[in-house]
Amino acid sequence: MTTLASGGVASGVSAPPGGLRRIGSARWRRRNLTFDKISFFLVFLVIPVAFYIGFVVSPFVQAAYFSLTDWTGFTPAMNFIGLSNYAKLFTDSTFLQAMGNNILMAIVVPIVTLGLAMFFATLVTVGGSTRGNIKGLRNSSFYRVISFFPYVIPAIVIGLIWSQIYDPSAGLLNGILTRLGLEQFTSFAWLGDPRTARWAVMFVIIWGLVGFYMVLFIAAIKGVPAEVFEAARIDGAGRFRTAVSITIPLIRENVQTAFIYIGILALDAFVYMAALEPGGGPDNTTLVMAQQLFTTAFARGQFGYACAMGVVLAVITLAYAGLVFAVNRIFGGKSEVGE
Amino acid sequence: MTQISQVGAAPVPSGERVPFEPAEAGEGPRTAGDKAVTGFSHGILIIWSILVILPLIWVLMSSFKTSSEIFASPFALPQRWSFDNYVNAWTTAGIGSFFVNSVIVVVGALILTMLFGSMSAYVLARFTFPGSRLLYYLMLAGLTFPIFLAIVPLFFVLRGIGLLNTLPGLILTYAAFAFPFTVFFLYAFFRSLSKSIAEAAAVDGAGEWRTFFQIMLPMAKPGLATVAILNFVGLWNQFLLPIALNTNPDNYVLTQAMASFASQAGYSVDFGALFAAVVITVVPVLIIYLIFQRQLQGSVSQGVSK
Repeated sequence: MTTLASGGVASGVSAPPGGLRRIGSARWRRRNLTFDKISFFLVFLVIPVAFYIGFVVSPFVQAAYFSLTDWTGFTPAMNFIGLSNYAKLFTDSTFLQAMGNNILMAIVVPIVTLGLAMFFATLVTVGGSTRGNIKGLRNSSFYRVISFFPYVIPAIVIGLIWSQIYDPSAGLLNGILTRLGLEQFTSFAWLGDPRTARWAVMFVIIWGLVGFYMVLFIAAIKGVPAEVFEAARIDGAGRFRTAVSITIPLIRENVQTAFIYIGILALDAFVYMAALEPGGGPDNTTLVMAQQLFTTAFARGQFGYACAMGVVLAVITLAYAGLVFAVNRIFGGKSEVGE
Repeated sequence: MTQISQVGAAPVPSGERVPFEPAEAGEGPRTAGDKAVTGFSHGILIIWSILVILPLIWVLMSSFKTSSEIFASPFALPQRWSFDNYVNAWTTAGIGSFFVNSVIVVVGALILTMLFGSMSAYVLARFTFPGSRLLYYLMLAGLTFPIFLAIVPLFFVLRGIGLLNTLPGLILTYAAFAFPFTVFFLYAFFRSLSKSIAEAAAVDGAGEWRTFFQIMLPMAKPGLATVAILNFVGLWNQFLLPIALNTNPDNYVLTQAMASFASQAGYSVDFGALFAAVVITVVPVLIIYLIFQRQLQGSVSQGVSK
């Protein structure tokens, strides 16, 4: 693996002829390496991969290295300080609070969003008449189109819209609540109160994502052969039972992918916070690691320290993905529905 | 359900499953149950739709109000339907030029990433060679690692090649970060295309280049369209890369311009113009969405099931 890695990277970045000979598989060695083939490999694989490595892979690797230094970025001076940045991180109460906020969001946002999305998708696909073949809800494309709207609105704009809705005096939310006679909300600052800020923010993220995953689940459910549902019905399974015991296990892979996507997003959440709570929220209750990283790097110039935050963020993201895979495997193997 | 037992089970000669049906019911006539479920489903979905639409309508309405009207009541209709706010947003906030910047960056990056991505995906799908598995892991890393990890070194990479705060720099970065997704998606697509076609082309004397551009690429059109749509939405909404790597206000893309406009509006309290700017940003995308919604929703479901 390690030797492979160095070989692959080298061939990606540097000398094409040497790289090519290594690339040549059995299939390729049998034929002459014509100009056509050499140029083909060079342009189709070596150049794009080199470009990708330069702009994506190498910054990742550099970040890991910078995290071990005290680099400030604006001078070439860079001292190797080992793991001190990490030691500092785990005593940095602000960062730890941000990490806690992120983890809470990575638990709440995926479960609520995907739960709602699955619920709506189930309503759309099996909410229709049970007459004859399994039918979806009539006119359900209307709901799909509407719910999907937020996906095409840039997240920053979603944040801006909701920051206006949450506005204590002129916002839509308090307007509605006072209209309903709840006078205590006349000028309640949803984003300014430590009790409500993080929930208000999470609601915005959920609002923006439910439709996307709903469409995804609808497509996945429609991909399940109708006979499976017919069989379940004939065997006497009700709608709820069908959803829990048949639908969800059958589209488990899609659910897993969805959990990973949305979890990565919740562990980032930078865009939403930039619009809703640029300052970290009341008592830093909505501060996320990404915001802290951004300030540390570009406002304070502590690039080494910021890179350490990036590494922690990456490790948490990977751990989250691993957790999703593990959970899926634990609950997966046993209740497999034959297809 | 009763209907099912008639329609679905009738062809089955053994009637033994039919008696199960009423026993399982226990909650009155099925058709009534059906109606209740259908009504409930519509009810829930309508509530959600309102929850989605209401904020957008409110923004549209507020975009015609003056700031004092906005503060007076969140519900009242504007007294005068004037486009002053839109003029302000367009001229003082310069939304128009940022819109153009966004188009340049996104289209440029899209072309680059589609070209590179389709070429690499094709090679990876058709040939196995030492290191191809490694490339797979490299792509996976690019997909799962947070961009935040790369952002600081990326800043210096771009500064090193003199492209920091420029549109070409943003184009390259956008393209590079969209690359692994493009490859992953198209890899699956090229895999599904038969190898024998490429071999037939080779027998007929087509070189590798010609095989790709004249035969394989046209065959991959549906996949290319899907991934292009997904990339477009993703790149259009990109926010972190521009605010970190493109701090020259003249080169702002739409998303970062909106953010900076909002923070300025916070001081000068021109909320009407802010709402107008939001509408200007959202409406073109919504129109495109309504035209292409079928393809887009199809793309999404394909994109993630791959």
